[in-house]
Amino acid sequence: MKTVTLTMKQEPELYLEAECITPDALAGKTPAEIAAFPVYQGKEDRTLGEYFTISGAPGATAAETQIVLNGDCSKVKYIGCRMSAGEVIVNSSADMYTGAWMKGGRLHVRGDVHSFCGLGMENGEFIIDGNAGNYLGASYRGDWRGMQKGLIRVKGNAGSDIGSFMNGGEIIIEGNVDIHIATHAEGGRIVIKGNANRRLGGQMVKGEVILFGTVEVMMPGYKQVGEKELEVDGTKAVFTEYIGDLGERHPKRKGETVYGRLYIKK
Amino acid sequence: MSEYLIRNGHVFDPMQSIKGDVKDIAIKDGKIVETSALSSSAKEIDAKGKTVMAGAFEVHAHIAGPKVNLGRWYRPEDKLGHSYKKSKATRIEGGFSVPSVFKTGYEYARMGYTFALEAAMPPLYARHVHEEIHDTPIIDEGALPVFGNNWFMLEYLKNREIENNAAYVAWTLRQTKGFGIKIVNPGGTEAWAWGLNCLLITDPVPYFDITPAEIITGLIETNEYLGLPHSVHIHGNNLGNPGNYEVTLASLKLAEGYKPKNNFGRKQVMHATHLQFHSYGGDSWGTFESKAKEIIDYVNRQKNITIDLGCVTLDETTTMTADGPFEHHLGTLNHLKWANVDVELETGSGIVPYIYSPNISVCAIQWAVGLELGLLAKDPMRTFITTDHPNAGPFTRYPRVIKWLMSAKARNERLNSFKNADKIIAATNISGIDREITLYELSAMTRAGPATALGLSGICGGLKPGMVADIAIYNINPDSPPSDPEQYEKAFANVACLFKEGRMVVKEGEVIDHGNKRTYWVDAKVKENKQVTHDVREKFLKYYSVNEANYQVPDSYAPHPYVIAVDATK
Repeated sequence: MKTVTLTMKQEPELYLEAECITPDALAGKTPAEIAAFPVYQGKEDRTLGEYFTISGAPGATAAETQIVLNGDCSKVKYIGCRMSAGEVIVNSSADMYTGAWMKGGRLHVRGDVHSFCGLGMENGEFIIDGNAGNYLGASYRGDWRGMQKGLIRVKGNAGSDIGSFMNGGEIIIEGNVDIHIATHAEGGRIVIKGNANRRLGGQMVKGEVILFGTVEVMMPGYKQVGEKELEVDGTKAVFTEYIGDLGERHPKRKGETVYGRLYIKK
Repeated sequence: MSEYLIRNGHVFDPMQSIKGDVKDIAIKDGKIVETSALSSSAKEIDAKGKTVMAGAFEVHAHIAGPKVNLGRWYRPEDKLGHSYKKSKATRIEGGFSVPSVFKTGYEYARMGYTFALEAAMPPLYARHVHEEIHDTPIIDEGALPVFGNNWFMLEYLKNREIENNAAYVAWTLRQTKGFGIKIVNPGGTEAWAWGLNCLLITDPVPYFDITPAEIITGLIETNEYLGLPHSVHIHGNNLGNPGNYEVTLASLKLAEGYKPKNNFGRKQVMHATHLQFHSYGGDSWGTFESKAKEIIDYVNRQKNITIDLGCVTLDETTTMTADGPFEHHLGTLNHLKWANVDVELETGSGIVPYIYSPNISVCAIQWAVGLELGLLAKDPMRTFITTDHPNAGPFTRYPRVIKWLMSAKARNERLNSFKNADKIIAATNISGIDREITLYELSAMTRAGPATALGLSGICGGLKPGMVADIAIYNINPDSPPSDPEQYEKAFANVACLFKEGRMVVKEGEVIDHGNKRTYWVDAKVKENKQVTHDVREKFLKYYSVNEANYQVPDSYAPHPYVIAVDATK
């Protein structure tokens, strides 16, 4: 794998929309071609080279390309958006839509990410060392296709509306979360190691939410059905099992009704 | 104004029976003229090896108004990845199945269209429809107010008061600047307000106690009493369900015995729209099959009916119709999202996103049904190409539908690559059809035919001297037709040149001018009718949420009108 390093030399005055910072776009390009990639600052057409110094060289394909971003990227949107392979490492925080519609590869943000990250993610691995904002692994506004597959791991806390319309894959939050988790989900799994606020699994048709801490207020549409011992992310524990959201439609599979499942550690 | 001489193009014009002859077409002052009428300053356009036709007509699309806009609001994801700015002359375009007004105008123009009919205008929200029509560049437009579930109409027709109903329709056309009479799920949308539907033409409407059959015949009589340019335009009962072709046949038969009465050269008394959605056999989704042949055999014999296809394009789209109960039904089938609107005394509507997947048998059968109707129809002057935009697919897919109609190869490639191809072939007639629509037939289906059905054949839809100079030139050489059907799709998506009222608005697929769009509406004069004046006043006082004086669409909402006057006082 070959590494291309982008180092912030000029901070954008507004926010930078840089959908080109992906192994797919950069693979096989020369530093001069990379510097000429279009980015938006507000409504202005700018180039990547105006904001970043480019060193090293990408591989021939996305899978052989590693991108390292240095400097403060907290005002850069769309890093790793739609990437299908390779690796992106951000040595700072990143703004919105980081890893959105990601199809594969590995994306590692060493700081925080803002909202709408990992949106509609189709596959791959997305690691956030800091905190995540709202709508992590959710669907785009209005859409019903949230995260499909892959893994998102947040080492800090996450905001609200995590995994809305999630259909598959796994989101692990090592800290706490705010309201509206797995809303409308039809698959997938969300693990919360800290505490949850309220509205956990509202309108959930299918899927799992596993909570290690406490929930401030339970949804009224969940029914306790028993206890289960689970091994989750390397930890074994006994959980109280609930099914729901009983206010929502639930399909039948092999004669059995499919429910969303909520596990809260005893 | 500029003069142009389009030289040596292969001209197709069914209005003059010109079938691809090499001819020159002259333009002066926005009209088509004899070539001898041009001065020496006329600009020459070389159309050698190209196809020249009149501007195309859209007879049925949902492109302006509250229902379309609700689709835009609640589908932000429809704009994701579909927003761009193409040239200096154009504004930002956005949306795929529910495009912005600008994109709507530009895309029609890029395909060579110069007229589009908004298929369902709720009278109460006519102002909104006209605001959007005004903002849609280039193309001329008209809008059909919906009458099939209107309380006035239900009461007048229950009592067989055709003259009163005609006076009410004339009043509404003037208030809303409407073009003609649209009927959507007659009686069914009103029944939906009671939680019911009318699935048969004999199902009575709750409270009003009138049947869909009585509504349809009553409105046909009303339309011919007034002598409107267009006929009644019907979206029948029980749309979209297996086995609905029997209801469709029963509805079409209601036109038997009626003769067109008008001064506009219109020959039909009924336009049956998006017939694809109404031509299904089977008694469940599992036994779903095509009954296109049964339907079109009847239409072929019945000369006073025109149809449009409503072809499924196999895209992700947004269904929207005044057929409220159908949208609710669809929402319970696909579990995506559902919006519903009730329009007081007049109509209702619903919206649901829908994915026509080539991997789902029902969708693939629907795809075949639409094309079968077009290919088995004997009279291209009565058969028009639509996708019921955006219901069966976006109108921007017309070039693709044309490709499927013009090329058996393209059709068979698509058919054989369906996931359940064997099942689709067994449930449809498409694989046995080798007909390929010719350019001449296409010009009838998209120009002369619809213009005649809309009562506009005296002014546009052809290339006769004296007609409005709406002219499309395509990069297709009829002497050496493309062997690769994809070339048809490409050529019909990007006109070589489009003239709108004598102004060049598109060149090689790029919009260069915003044109001079006009709004067509029909002003029907009827005898003074005190009963109807009284009824209108009473209903506004009793039921409407707006004052009668605030109902009318002011002239400022349609600043570039083309008013067609009709006198029904004699």
